[in-house]
Amino acid sequence: MSQPFRLNKEGLINRNKKISFTFNGKKLFGYEGDTIASALIANGIHLVGRSFKYHRPRGFFGAGVEEPNAKLQVEFNGHSEPNVNATEMELVEGLSATSQNCWPSVNFDIGAINNFLKMFFPAGFYYKTFMWPKSFWYKIYEPFIRKAAGLGVASIEKDKERYEHKFEYCDLLVTGSGPSGLASAYAAAKNGAKVILAEDKPRFGGTLLTDDVSIDNLSGKDWAEKIISELKSMPNVTVKNRSQVFGYYDHNMLVMFERVSDHLEKKSKFTPRQRLWYIRAKETILSTGSIERPIVFGNNDTPGIFLSAAAKEYMKVYGVLVGKKPLIFTNNDSAYETALEFKKNNVEPIILDTREEHSSELIDEAKSKGIDIRFSHGVIVANGYKKVKSAKIGKLNKDKNSFEKIETVDCDCICVSGFWTPSVHLASQSGNKLKYEEKIDAFIPDKKKQHETSVGAANGSFTLEESLKNGFENGSNLSAKITDTKTEIAIPNVNEKKYGAHDKFWCMPLPKNENPKRFVDFQNDVSVSDIEIALREGYRSIEHVKRYTTLGMATDQGRTSNLNGLQLVSNIENKIVPEVGHTTFRPPFTPITIGTIVGREVGMEYMPTRKTPMHEWHEKNNAVFVDAGAWKRPRYYKLGSETLFEASKREAKNVRENVGICDVTTLGKIDIKGPDAAEFLNRVYTNAWMKLPVGKARYGLMLREDGIVMDDGTTTRISENHYHMTTTTAQAANVLSHLEYYLQIVWPELNVNVVSTTEQWAGAAIAGPKSRDMLSKLYPDLDVSNEALPFMGYKEAEFFGVPSRIFRISFSGELAYEINVKSDHGMFMWEKMMEVGKDFGNQPYGTEALSTLRIEMGHVAGPELDGRTIPSDVSLNGLVSKKKDFIGKNSLGREAFNVESRQKIVGLIPIDRKSSIPEGSHIVQDQNAKLPNPKLGHVSSSCWSVENNNPFSLAIMKDGKNMIGKKFFAVSPLKNKTIEVEVISSHYVDPEGKRVRS
Amino acid sequence: MLYIKCPYCGLRAQKEFSYGGDATVKRPNINEEVPSEDWDNFVYMRKSPRGKHIELWQHIAGCRQWIKVQRDTATHEIFQTAKVTEEIR
Ligand SMILES: [Zn+2]
Repeated sequence: MSQPFRLNKEGLINRNKKISFTFNGKKLFGYEGDTIASALIANGIHLVGRSFKYHRPRGFFGAGVEEPNAKLQVEFNGHSEPNVNATEMELVEGLSATSQNCWPSVNFDIGAINNFLKMFFPAGFYYKTFMWPKSFWYKIYEPFIRKAAGLGVASIEKDKERYEHKFEYCDLLVTGSGPSGLASAYAAAKNGAKVILAEDKPRFGGTLLTDDVSIDNLSGKDWAEKIISELKSMPNVTVKNRSQVFGYYDHNMLVMFERVSDHLEKKSKFTPRQRLWYIRAKETILSTGSIERPIVFGNNDTPGIFLSAAAKEYMKVYGVLVGKKPLIFTNNDSAYETALEFKKNNVEPIILDTREEHSSELIDEAKSKGIDIRFSHGVIVANGYKKVKSAKIGKLNKDKNSFEKIETVDCDCICVSGFWTPSVHLASQSGNKLKYEEKIDAFIPDKKKQHETSVGAANGSFTLEESLKNGFENGSNLSAKITDTKTEIAIPNVNEKKYGAHDKFWCMPLPKNENPKRFVDFQNDVSVSDIEIALREGYRSIEHVKRYTTLGMATDQGRTSNLNGLQLVSNIENKIVPEVGHTTFRPPFTPITIGTIVGREVGMEYMPTRKTPMHEWHEKNNAVFVDAGAWKRPRYYKLGSETLFEASKREAKNVRENVGICDVTTLGKIDIKGPDAAEFLNRVYTNAWMKLPVGKARYGLMLREDGIVMDDGTTTRISENHYHMTTTTAQAANVLSHLEYYLQIVWPELNVNVVSTTEQWAGAAIAGPKSRDMLSKLYPDLDVSNEALPFMGYKEAEFFGVPSRIFRISFSGELAYEINVKSDHGMFMWEKMMEVGKDFGNQPYGTEALSTLRIEMGHVAGPELDGRTIPSDVSLNGLVSKKKDFIGKNSLGREAFNVESRQKIVGLIPIDRKSSIPEGSHIVQDQNAKLPNPKLGHVSSSCWSVENNNPFSLAIMKDGKNMIGKKFFAVSPLKNKTIEVEVISSHYVDPEGKRVRS
Repeated sequence: MLYIKCPYCGLRAQKEFSYGGDATVKRPNINEEVPSEDWDNFVYMRKSPRGKHIELWQHIAGCRQWIKVQRDTATHEIFQTAKVTEEIR
């Protein structure tokens, strides 16, 4: 149970709480506050995965978001998650982690044969190899690549966790709690601004936790703690750890990913796992710090090779040694701090410094402590397959392109530092064009595009003093503009070590006759030679080089590889880096879970469910529902073992023979009021509306300006200046917006108001030859005769004591009425109708029977009014007034709308009178014609005609009216059916429309 | 997500609005003879400028008013919003 690489005292972990976990089945333990990475390293485990392309052994390289290698499959709290960054995921009791991208095991991986076949896997390999023959792609190449290139395995189980979205507004959002971030947040908070401070890691303080500095005589860590506790006590400040601001979007909206509870052993069932914050900030401070970049050398991906700052973080935060015989390989002073930390923990490092012998505060300190420093030296190649065992090191000549001396030294880890790269991703996402800063060999933000201000290391300021000053000033000035308050804050006294200049050196040369792989991008296995090949093959733009080699395209977004890649391209192309330019930074900065993006919008919460007031009755009476937009409508009411076909036939037949009732609440309803309402309707509809009397309904057709039918429905004049419009269920929202558009923008002079009343009214249609008899029982005191309430008539009357509206309108083609009552009375109305209807053979009918009834009558609906038909296409030209103007009228004169052979609605019946014609079938003359077989039209709606007891369809067909009596084929390749059909009139039942008027 | 200032309701998130096209297009007057070329231009022809553009949006999940928004189509910067009865210059 001992942890061979755990220090006795150091670190911020809780040594009183042991946490057990497993890695590749092996039981291990760590402490509360460990990451998976720090716990594994403490246990001496470095080999954690295999690389993407060559399956080379890989270990940890960083200590946070920069990690390119250590992506694990992790199981915890009952779910399994792939590609988890081991350097970020906190240890929780019972967690189980396994290596990815290896088979059968991380120690013996068959895919590693790729490593020995690497001459076959150069840049662009996939593009070149899998091009021919084309037919091989789907069956052979793609499955092979998918298998070989797999990272982790996504769970196929339902995600039981809860995810949340939160919308927040603030004056100042600070992204990162290092010295500059803390200073900014503090200054703004003191000015009374509403501040959100976001820190990605569990601990606040950034580099203050690991750097040997003091502020106002406090250690960096203690000062950070003091500031954080003061910020937490202020009501205008929200302080969030484990929260990554990953995206900078338009109009200063930033999106943050909060890991709420993955680190908790127990939580309430209402605690979300993760939370997505949409933050609209007036100003944003980008204090995202910087990431160390490596120096490129041979076999630089061997396990045991770390970034030097990561090695220091493992010692100072987790009390863990990454090795006991370290080589420190650097081109700058910061790695000396890592060396000194090793020394402090009684480990003897050797420093290889690419610079010539010189002196600085840190170099002098290292010398005085007796550390072995070798100037003009670097690592040529690391030896060891699954772990570093030794390194071939060399003394560089003056031009640093060959070696004066080469030797091999034993080591168990190599800590490499190639200087620092500001994290400019958020600035770049905000639209900021970056600029190249020669002094630090990296890009920093240029002129502001939104309200973003980069401070500290993210802006290229690498000293503590500068970062703090930067933070206090910007935090204070930006917030003072918003709050109009300025509180003076004394800039604290800082004690830090002075760094000397770094060496502009980033890649070790190779001795003659040696050719080990030198990796630039670890996660995607992109080496120096891959980039050389891309350039040799003519790729010039950095965006093309990126795509061809996949440099920087892995989930780590090339955090440790981008700049080295640019340096390589600029060297070969003999251009300076700013001429090469940089690739685009895109959100998210770190991978986020799909669950977080989806939030609570899953299952029933995916979209609102609209239920009619009679929904429960339908449910209790075996209704099978169908979605109509957000509405649930009964499709049919199942009796016993009936099928959809049998039930809908029964229901439709009963309407034709007796009477049926249908829930029509979902129809769109719009109240139209005002002295100009008639004039408005006259412009909106194609037919005339000026003379409709009070108490009468009329069928209306509305067009878009391009002449295409938009919607149809009946509108009733309730009183002098009050109309009740109905729309189809599907178009209700569009029609309302359409009306509002014309009233607000085009004809504001019309004094009319429109408002949706869809949900105010419950509606039921009573249809069938016995509907009048039934109605008279429902309204015993009302004269419902054909004379008193004729077709298209309207009456208001009490329905068993409840106010109601009676419309004599029909969609089924039968004698029919529609009753509306206030929604609250909907169920009462429905149950009364069922009760009273018994004597007349009443049965409820669903949308399937409703369709059957309208199709065999030749009434058009959505499938015919499909956004491609004009009134004459669907035999509604009788409704188009020639005397007045209306929306879309001018378009109806267009030539193409008036050619004789234009599509028209027709009816189709199968020659055998048996075969149902699938909707969507194409109509062709000759079923055996050479492809492409000319299409004469399509089948829009199909039903089983209950009146004639055979299939019947509506179709939109070229020159339709002249085709009546002719025979064609309806072909449905989807259903694999070809049916011989005869063209007939679209009005299959009661073509004169006698029944509705009876 | 854009942040749009509704002249009636104030600053609101884009998801409360729906886009309504070019605000500078004027519908020919009703009940007036329109040359067919003018009508076709009104129905079909739209510019797709890069840069400043005055467009219509409707605050559908708010006050339901149609409004004018002057926006840069490349950068999404919004310079001005107004009621449809007001002018944007
Ligand atoms: Zn509004």
